[in-house]
Amino acid sequence: MGVSTVKIAVCIKRTPDSESRFRIAASGATIDESGLKFDIDDFAGYAVEAALQINEKSGGGETVVLAVGPDTVQESLRKAMSMGADRAVQLKADAVPADGLAVARALAAELTSGGFDLVLFGKHAFDTSAGVVGTATAELLGLPCVTAVSQLDVANGRGSARRELEGAAELVEFPLPAVVTIDEGVARPRYPSLKGIMAAKKKPLETKPAQLGPVRVTVQKAELPPERAAGRIVGEGAAAVPELVRLLQTEAKVL
Amino acid sequence: MANVLVYAETRGSALRKVALEAVSAARSLADSTGGGEVHALVAGAAGVAAAAAQLGAHGADVVLTAESPALASFAREAIAATLAERARQGSYRAVVLGFSAQGRDLGPRVAAKLDAPIAADVVAIEAAGDALSVKHPGYANKVILTLAISGAPVVLSVRPGAFGATESPRSARTENVQLSADPGAERVTVKEVVEGAKGRPDLGEAEVIVAGGRGLKAAENFALVEALADAFGNAAVGATRAVTDDGWRPHSDQIGQTGRQVSPRLYVALGISGAIQHLAGMRTSGTIVAVNKDKDAPIFKVADYGIVGDVLEVLPALTAAVAAARSAGH
Ligand SMILES: Cc1cc2nc3c(=O)[nH]c(=O)nc-3n(C[C@H](O)[C@H](O)[C@H](O)COP(=O)(O)OP(=O)(O)OC[C@H]3O[C@@H](n4cnc5c(N)ncnc54)[C@H](O)[C@@H]3O)c2cc1C
Ligand SMILES: Nc1ncnc2c1ncn2[C@@H]1O[C@H](COP(=O)(O)O)[C@@H](O)[C@H]1O
Repeated sequence: MGVSTVKIAVCIKRTPDSESRFRIAASGATIDESGLKFDIDDFAGYAVEAALQINEKSGGGETVVLAVGPDTVQESLRKAMSMGADRAVQLKADAVPADGLAVARALAAELTSGGFDLVLFGKHAFDTSAGVVGTATAELLGLPCVTAVSQLDVANGRGSARRELEGAAELVEFPLPAVVTIDEGVARPRYPSLKGIMAAKKKPLETKPAQLGPVRVTVQKAELPPERAAGRIVGEGAAAVPELVRLLQTEAKVL
Repeated sequence: MANVLVYAETRGSALRKVALEAVSAARSLADSTGGGEVHALVAGAAGVAAAAAQLGAHGADVVLTAESPALASFAREAIAATLAERARQGSYRAVVLGFSAQGRDLGPRVAAKLDAPIAADVVAIEAAGDALSVKHPGYANKVILTLAISGAPVVLSVRPGAFGATESPRSARTENVQLSADPGAERVTVKEVVEGAKGRPDLGEAEVIVAGGRGLKAAENFALVEALADAFGNAAVGATRAVTDDGWRPHSDQIGQTGRQVSPRLYVALGISGAIQHLAGMRTSGTIVAVNKDKDAPIFKVADYGIVGDVLEVLPALTAAVAAARSAGH
């Protein structure tokens, strides 16, 4: 079977490590970023890996990574190139707006003339936890879009994917070019090799202004959720079961 | 006065709980902005008009029905086009959907078509005059963001369970609407739907979730978890990533940052360490129970009630006690 090669764009966000303990900045409208580690967002990392695997399988094609944001995103773009992406585009903005449609506008403006067969996104970003940018970009580009994909194959101008739904999975097919948002399950991102890191330094990273358009969603306030009140150990082993059930009935009233 | 358009999603031909919650949220938004109407679109293969009474009971003034045999599987493009077209015709303040698999998929499409700002996974909505703000848990539930959204209409998707399905009865008028795109011409075609666990509620809708971790030792031992779920009646079964990675349970059962985010009335964590990524998916549950052999396991920090012990020994006793308590209560 003739394997066609594909040109893939992957849109990546740079987000703080999800294991971090967060504090709110003095402004009250954002997290305090001091001391936090940042990296390619988890789902976007899966998307990068998925793209690399598709192109490795076909033995050709191209993987281009894009990020909207200030110069700090260059670090994430370089990392994606050290994993194996061929080149990178930074769409420069002072900050990444909370308005997903604005981010999508900037990405669509860049992607529209790129001739990509496949544009990959994460299912959602850790910080916004919204899942807006990928699907909105697809709509702006007029491309078919498959969301929350946990398995992805492309061959001969078509894609097939598995989507995780609520208590079920959907197997779908679609024509390329298309936009796909990646869920966990496709692939865990590889670690960059030393050779990859060296090679990435020489790969092209282009910077252009982001055409965000109007920003109509802004963060007014950021707060930490209330801590859960400390619970208690009811007892040890099966002997503690009657007391637990009693508490569930009389105190928590959930049984 | 400002009307609100709602997408009332169905599964089979039945309305989903999140559809009623979306209608309730839309009702209170319309009321707080001067008492506009709530229009709910329900689309399906057949028999969707039957949903009208239930939508009316939760505050819909108008039920828009769209029927087509091709809607038997989820026609994302046709439904998004229809919602956007309707929103363009009316003067709507907002388009409200559930933050469910369908709503996550539709919301950004509708927003982009309308060039409307969107806020996803909203847990509270506040409107004062022209100003609209919403609360949305970001950073995998670790930071609560208040977002200000300007412009109209806005697209809002509401977190399942965050807005109650509140009765606000009225007798809804029903109106047939034409789909704005042919659902038989979707570019993304559904080849197969693989159903998950039969006879169990979805994790997002279950009142009780019993979840297992690597402490269960083997895939077979999930039979004990299933038995406890049965004893509770209508419970769902969840798992940690360690368990789904090992293939003991399907990925769709995974709870946590990269799995499902759930908030049942009761969450029972069995042999789960309580890693931060797992907690991100379940810490907003009503009551949390944990069974773990390690008294220092982090899960005990969020659990209301804990038992320190071997889960394989505790489970049969717990199942029997829960079954007994429930049959005594009936
Ligand atoms: C980017 C990223 C995303 C992630 N997303 C998720 C996610 O969405 N969901 C998720 O769950 N995890 C996620 N993880 C993984 C997470 O960090 C943990 O590795 C995982 O939750 C651990 O699962 P576990 O509690 O089943 O296993 P373990 O951490 O191995 O814990 C097993 C527990 O069982 C106890 N135990 C052992 N034997 C017994 C016994 N006989 N009786 C009673 N208790 C016993 C042990 O004391 C231990 O506490 C993610 C990780 C990363 C890096
Ligand atoms: N600033 C950005 N630059 C590039 N891609 C982004 C950016 N923000 C979001 N994305 C992509 O869109 C996905 C969904 O983000 P969100 O809609 O914010 O949840 C992410 O996983 C990324 O793939």
